[in-house]
Order: sequence, then C-alpha cells, then structure tokens
Amino acid sequence: MLLIKGGRVIDPASGRDEIGHLVLEDGKVREFLAGDPPARFQGKVISAEGKWVVPGLIDMHVHLRDPGYEWKEDILTGTRAAAAGGFTSVACMANTNPVNDSPEVTRHILEKARREGCANVFPVAAVTRGLEGKEMADFSELADAGAVAFSDDGKPVENPLLLRRAMEYVRPFGYRILSHAEDAVLAGGGAAHEGWTARKLGIPGIPSAAEEVAIARDILIARQVGGKLHIQHISTRMGVDLLRMARRAGLDVTGETAPQYFTLTDAALEGYDTNAKMNPPLRGEDDRMAILEGIQDGTIDAIACDHAPHESYVKKCEFAIAANGIIGLQTSLPLSLSLLAGGKLTPARLVELLSVGPARILGLRGKGTLAAGADADVTVIDPGAEWEFGPGDVLSKSKNSPFLGWKMRGRAAATICCGRVRHTTIAGVTADA
Amino acid sequence: MEWNRRHVLGLSDFHPEEMEFVIDTARSMEEVLTRDIKKVPALRGKTVVNLFFEASTRTRTSFEIAGKRLSADVVNFSSSTSSVTKGETLLDTARNIEAMKPNILVVRHSASGAALFLSRHLSCSIINAGDGANEHPSQGLLDLYTILKVKGKIAGLKIAIVGDILHSRVVRSDLHSLGRMGAKLWLCGPAPLVPREMERTGAVVTSDIREAVRGADVIIMLRIQLERQKTSYFPSLREYSRRFGLNRDIFSLAKEDAVIMHPGPINRGVELSDELADCEQSLVLRQVESGVAVRMALLYLLAGGSHVAH
Repeated sequence: MLLIKGGRVIDPASGRDEIGHLVLEDGKVREFLAGDPPARFQGKVISAEGKWVVPGLIDMHVHLRDPGYEWKEDILTGTRAAAAGGFTSVACMANTNPVNDSPEVTRHILEKARREGCANVFPVAAVTRGLEGKEMADFSELADAGAVAFSDDGKPVENPLLLRRAMEYVRPFGYRILSHAEDAVLAGGGAAHEGWTARKLGIPGIPSAAEEVAIARDILIARQVGGKLHIQHISTRMGVDLLRMARRAGLDVTGETAPQYFTLTDAALEGYDTNAKMNPPLRGEDDRMAILEGIQDGTIDAIACDHAPHESYVKKCEFAIAANGIIGLQTSLPLSLSLLAGGKLTPARLVELLSVGPARILGLRGKGTLAAGADADVTVIDPGAEWEFGPGDVLSKSKNSPFLGWKMRGRAAATICCGRVRHTTIAGVTADA
Repeated sequence: MEWNRRHVLGLSDFHPEEMEFVIDTARSMEEVLTRDIKKVPALRGKTVVNLFFEASTRTRTSFEIAGKRLSADVVNFSSSTSSVTKGETLLDTARNIEAMKPNILVVRHSASGAALFLSRHLSCSIINAGDGANEHPSQGLLDLYTILKVKGKIAGLKIAIVGDILHSRVVRSDLHSLGRMGAKLWLCGPAPLVPREMERTGAVVTSDIREAVRGADVIIMLRIQLERQKTSYFPSLREYSRRFGLNRDIFSLAKEDAVIMHPGPINRGVELSDELADCEQSLVLRQVESGVAVRMALLYLLAGGSHVAH
C-alpha cells in the first residue's frame, strides 16, 4: 500500500484537477480521496504537498540501444534515466543490433526490462526486416510477443508502395505505424537545417521539404488505405500544418514533437556543437514557433524526447561525420514544464502530451490515467524545483546533451512504477529495491 | 596594435584594424621576398607542421615556402583518410602530431569546423588552411592584400564573386575580409549554388552574370569543382560556361580598370576564357605572390613576433 498525500492530483482522463490523496495497492490505483488524509494508513506515505500528482509519464520515442549497442546505453541505465526524469514507461525503437524485427528480440527486451528495468518498456518493432525497407516484418508474431507499434525509426520507409501495403495490412489488426518522415534523397546528405546557420558554417543543409514531403506522402497513403499513422519528431512549420490538415480531414493520424524542437533552433550549432546535431535537425525560429502553436492548439498529441545516447568519440569529431541524436529523458519534463510559463498551456494539457496522448496512440491499457483500477504508475512533479543539469546528474551511459549546464525549473520529485518507488527526491522517502 | 591571437581559424571575428595589421606585416614580409637572399631568421628553431587531409598543392607549397623564408622547420603531413571509419580519428592523428611538439599546425580538412575543433583540443597554434565549406582565412587576407595593392582601397568597390558560392570557403572568408572593409559584394552563380540566405551577409545575390559584372571593380571567379559535387547542380560545363563563364564580351561591362582574380586552379574555358586568364588585368599570379607574404605574416605573428620585421 502506498499513500500519496496532499498533492494536486491532475488526471485529465477522468477530468480531475484537485488537491487530494491517492491510494495505490497491489500495483493498481485503489482510490482518490478528497478532504483529510486517512488518519491511520498501513504502508508507505509520500507527502506531495505543493506538488502535482499525475499519471506516470510515458515517452513514446526512445533508443535504449539494447541489444547490440550496450556501450551507449542499456535497458537498466536507460530506464533509470527515465525514472529520474519522471517517466514510468518508454517505447523503445527497433534500430538495435540485431534489429527488433523478430519475436526473439522483442522478448529479450521485455524480459530484460522485467528483470532489471526501472520503468515499463514497450518495444516498437520494425516495419521492414532489418530496417532495410524491402520486406515487411512479421507484424502479428511481433505484436503477440509484445510489440506495441511498428516503426523503421532512424530510417524512413522509402518505398511508398511498401508503406502502403504495410499500413493496409495491419489496419484490420489495429496496429499503428510510426513514421520517421524523411525523404532521404531530398535530404541530400545534409547535416543541419538548410538555413542561414548552415550556410554560414558551410554545412550541407537538410531542407524542411525533406520532412514535409514525407509527412504529406505518409498522410496521403494513410488516407488511401484508412490506416493508423503516427508522425514522429515533427520539426517544421509545414509538418505541423499537414498534421492539422489530416486531423481536420478526420484521419487517424497523430504526431509527436521533442523538447529540443520547441526549445532550440539551428543557432545552437554555432561553433559546430555536435551535441546539437540530430535528425531531423534543429530548425529555424519560425519552425519553433509553429511547433509551440501546434502544441497549444492540440495538433500535436505527444512530446517524446527521441533519447539517443552516443558514446563521446562519435560526437567528439568533425561535425559532418558526428553521430545524430541527443539524450533527453532527464530533461524532457523540465523543458516541457517551461511551456506553462505565461499560461499558454495548462498543467492538464501538459499531462496529456506526456502521458494521456502517448498511452492513447500506443493503445496502452491502464496507462495514462489515475482512475481507480488503473496501473499504479504515478509521477509526482515538483514544478518549482530549481536545479542545474550537470554531467554528474546524467544517469545514461552517454552524456550527449546540448542542455548540460542549463538551469532548469521543475523536476520529478517521485516516480512510482507499478506501485514501486523508482526515483524520489522527497526527504524521508526511499526508493524501493 | 597588440596581436594576441593563438590561432587563425577564420576571419569571422577579425576586426578591420587586425586585418590591416596583418597586411602591414605582410608588406614588410614582401620586402624580404625582393631581396637576393629571401630568408630571415625570425622563426629559427620553430616547427611548423602542414597537416593536410585534403589534396592541395598551391596552399601547402605557399605555407611551406612562407615557413622556410622565416627559417622555421617545416614538415608536411598529408593524409587522404579523413574519415573516422577508415581508422584513426582526426583528433588522434592531430594529437599524435602535437606530441612531436610543433609550434604551429597548419590544417586543411574537408570537414567544416575541423580547425576550430582541433583548436579546442590541442595546445599548439593552429592556422586554418581551409576547412570544408567554412573558411580559408589566409586566402581571404591575400585577396584583400592583392586588391589593396592595385586599388589602394576597398571601401566602395564593387566586387563580384562568380561561381560555386555554396561550397566555397574562399567566399566565406572574402565576405569577412572584403565585406568588412566596405566593399559592395555581389555573389553570382547557378541558383542551386548561390543560397538565398547569403543575402544576410549584405551581399547581392544573383544568377545574372551581366548584372554582377556591370560596373564592377573586381571580379573574382571561382573554380567550378565538379569533383565536390555528388549530385548535379547544373546541367553541364558547356551550359555553365555559357551562363556563368567570364569572357571578353561580359568583362567589357565592368569598369575600364577592372581586375580579374581567381583562387586557382583555373578551369580554362569553363569559368574563365583562356584569353582573359592571361590578360593584363588578371591578378591571378599576384594573388599567389601576396599569398606567400600573407602566410609569412600569419606564421610570424602566431610565433610571437609582436612588431613588424626588419
């Protein structure tokens, strides 16, 4: 039994936003209590006065690098970073080694996560075998093994006919394809957003159109076959516009963006900072504003950080050949909390982006809500905590973040996964083994 | 003025006075080059390593001669393997060279930002001899010096740069050196090779060579580097030459005393007609002369020379 006492309980799924107490029992939410806390309580008590109590946060786009690249990250360190960042669940992408295109790999991930993980891990399996874009993976077998969705993330599915067939084939089974929307030919081997910064630094550009053309194509294919589509890491203004248009047309198309795309622009590349190198690239200020608008008006369904750990030597090199990607699990929540400044976004809406939305998109039963009977995944947020993200705070094996040294406001005060305290900064509360 | 740079990585942060100071120093160096014995002991006991990851003959030779004229020990290290996948990383290679205790490392590399990157991890002085499409500061300074010699000033001159602007590190340095001294710059070439964003530098961007050349004081033609282009940016050299090549006809639109420059090597008959390459108004070889003097000046200043040599 666990009692989370006196916090502001924000549960958009059940329309709740009030001070109260949450009782967890046997890995489930037992009840919400308003008024005075229970006088006698047999079990652990977490005082959440002045804090927010929300359904466990879900990051639907991470790379745990396990199996195959365990020197970058593994399931233990990746989920440890997740828990510290307030995430009780993560969906991990298929570009492991071997690729997660077989039930053996899916089961390996799930078993290791059950054994060692500090958060729930939901594998996303490949759309095509070996991410090669040639043959479809065995979707049903992968889904039966525990894959929650399908994506060739890291590589786009180049062949439109193959994507069409995949989306069409899985439609009757209700699976969703998550698309890394990029026209690789149009991207032309670029390494940074095609804009002034890239021109000035002499870095080959990746035009916005490389993303937009692919988003448009994928949406049109989804429309053609009535498929369920999700656009990953949207970074451009027109990308947001296309998603908005698809929604208005009544299509089942969802979309995510990442904190880096509403926090930074390509100006962060000055000095050839390889920690600001990623794909899609950091875009211009106009794109950043459009991402913010898309978050505000509800076009964007989820914030996912695209946690992409890399060892130092693939970043400590020439910009052109440096690896793409940044870690993000420990900075996603505070950067997202900054969206609340100025009252443009409510806390409830933020919880939708970080928990309700991802649970709905991936079809995760019992997640994204604190209703009685839901899974006992809870994040306690201290929205006012001031702290600095230093290298010593990084729990990932890799430290490739452009946010090192940043002053942050807000963090996870406690992360409870399946009723177990996996992370806490609250005095007097200890984490469960 | 006080010189306190440890590196010359680019001209983006050079003040006009600093550039003038380098040019003044280059002038006294050029005097040395007119002597019978073209050598001074200024850098005796100092070691200069030319670390070239990209093929180059003239720039490397120019730095080598500059170093030798100043009595430095000059060592050339050339490597075509600039890719981390082929073995040693750039940083490891550079650290190995640095362990041999050179005073100055002259670096050429195909990756933009490579010189800046090395300056952050090494302790010796670094001169950027060209990094990808970023900068080529000694070229920017020698272009400035060459024009000054002929025109006596930069401010108010119309200078047209024609060719592959997108991939050109020469342009990115010239924009700082010539632009900051008050020239009116025009950038001209096929649209895919002349990014519109370059207008932010204050330059005029056009694909009409006639507009660019009309009334110009200086025309800088760039080499069309077919070998750098993985995909096609224009239909053919024949088409390029027709639209963007400089010939007598187009050159006649420029001021009467206009001059032609080219960082070399020239594709005769492509960007520059055979006739113009050798005409009296071509400063190509004077650029090469200025280059040695400017590079002597840079080596001299980085090695600790604080006043003009005698």
